[in-house]
Amino acid sequence: MSLGSYAPFIVISYLLVTAVVLMLIIWIAIDYHRQKRHLRELEAGGVARRSGRSPTDLR
Amino acid sequence: MTLIDLANPTRFLTLATRLLPWLAAATAILLAIGLYQSAMAPDDYQQGATVKIMFIHVPNAWLSMFVWGVMSLAALGTLVWRHPLADVAAKAAAPIGAAFTFLALVTGSLWGRPMWGTYWEWDARLTSVLILFLMYLGLIALWRAVEDPSRAARAAAILTLVGAINLPVIKFSVDWWNTLHQPASVMRIGGPSLDRAFLIPLLVMAVAFSLLFLTLHLAAMRNEILRRRVRALQLIQVAQASQRPA
Repeated sequence: MSLGSYAPFIVISYLLVTAVVLMLIIWIAIDYHRQKRHLRELEAGGVARRSGRSPTDLR
Repeated sequence: MTLIDLANPTRFLTLATRLLPWLAAATAILLAIGLYQSAMAPDDYQQGATVKIMFIHVPNAWLSMFVWGVMSLAALGTLVWRHPLADVAAKAAAPIGAAFTFLALVTGSLWGRPMWGTYWEWDARLTSVLILFLMYLGLIALWRAVEDPSRAARAAAILTLVGAINLPVIKFSVDWWNTLHQPASVMRIGGPSLDRAFLIPLLVMAVAFSLLFLTLHLAAMRNEILRRRVRALQLIQVAQASQRPA
């Protein structure tokens, strides 16, 4: 596979897409852990859901 | 589990948590196949190796419009049926749609420079996609600016439906106006004009990116439901604290 003189345009395009997709995945994963941490803190503080289930219970 | 059961956020969370690992695995496998096929695809007789940019540019461009379409359906769900997950779905989709639109614009620009001799041209297709990107940013800002979630949901739903007018403008801009951007070569009357050597990797990448969107969207919706649960519990905590005797 030879990209010739266009290589910089092609390589930058693929690297950029990879970087943005990875950023999205990392951002969503961090946000998930942040929300779970908030829920654990609320549970530790004695706050309960109306259903009586644990705040961190995803069911 | 029926579709109506998914109106319950707790049931949705259960399903999303079960589906996410499978969707992530399917996305990774399909992306790997698509990237391999894209790398092995021959050079185009006119565009040379730059045709490889098409395999990432086109799926991002399709998804930039598809995500707004999903958000428009969710907006109807918010305004007409007051579906409890509709605003969650729209709010979770917006940053992902903005990212796909950004990538469509930048990869298109990087493809345009060697082919057209310019990174940017204010033609109808490029300008209408830039407007779509700005509308995504505007919606994200709106959700952040309005503190009351139900008011934010209604305002965002109206803005989303108004913005949906831009979708046919983007799609048909290459037919309605004389643009630098090439006309449709896959979704056109008479079938795709692309050779199979390019069409198959492109379709595999399109399905892979669609699965990527579905995976990220489900995960982001799960986060949004948890965020709203945190907010509701914080309000209960404040109410309990104010009822305690001093």
